[in-house]
Amino acid sequence: MPVIDLANPTRFLRIVARVLPWLIAATALAFAFGLARAVAAPDDYQQGATVKIMFLHVPAAWLGMMGWGLMSLAALGTLVWRHPLADVAGKAAAPIGAAFTLICLITGSLWGRPTWGAYWVWDARLTSELVLFLLYLGVLALYWTAEDPGRGARAAAVLTLVGAVNLPIIKFSVDWWNSLHQGESIFRAGGSTIDASILWPLAIMALAFTLLFFTLHLAAMRNEILRRRVRTMQIMQAQEQPA
Amino acid sequence: MNLGPHADFILAAYAATAFIVAALIAWIALDYSAQRRLLGDLEERGVRRRSHRDGA
Repeated sequence: MPVIDLANPTRFLRIVARVLPWLIAATALAFAFGLARAVAAPDDYQQGATVKIMFLHVPAAWLGMMGWGLMSLAALGTLVWRHPLADVAGKAAAPIGAAFTLICLITGSLWGRPTWGAYWVWDARLTSELVLFLLYLGVLALYWTAEDPGRGARAAAVLTLVGAVNLPIIKFSVDWWNSLHQGESIFRAGGSTIDASILWPLAIMALAFTLLFFTLHLAAMRNEILRRRVRTMQIMQAQEQPA
Repeated sequence: MNLGPHADFILAAYAATAFIVAALIAWIALDYSAQRRLLGDLEERGVRRRSHRDGA
């Protein structure tokens, strides 16, 4: 089937109906396996058992950023190619990305208190992550409050593309500025500095969170397509009623 | 399993994550039911999208 066929919402809904049960099963399986490995993982020699917060914090941080990256691609699709599903994909990803970013901020704060002695510091990494969360809220406000959905979608797409500047700032903040947050320890030249006994549970939890993101995203896209159908039909009903 | 002196922080992190994920799942599931119900109501009242009219 050509990729362009996915642009047809009806065909897209049919594919979602077929794929979603498998994605839900794979997500549940990955979480069961990942959590079992996370519980069994040894304590860190410096941080003790608090390292278990990393299995939530790091995947949530990655997916908060990936969500904005996905929204940026969708924003290009909305503004440049006017792809029928691009706006649907962007709008559906926003609350999910916001939720993952919130998880990252809360778990980071709960990890910071026993490790650094503070729930929060105005550090470059933490601040840029907070900015990402505020950007998510801004995009959601544009989507949810615009009277004309088309105009709201275009405004949200512009804000999304402007906000994409924050992604490299988050990523490289620990290299560019002195930071309390630890530097890159997973994807780095010379290999990860994390022991395999902790790295593997992290990788499995990252896979589980990624599957969860795409499961929720497809389900939210399905809801958005249905919402647009309802809106179209309500307008048609109003037009057909005698004045 | 011994979570050491910072068990409260670890358990709070897992509880907060579970709560946010559960809330997100519930919101998406409830939204799906609401949209299906609205579509069903409109179709019952005979409203059809243009692409579904004239037997298309």
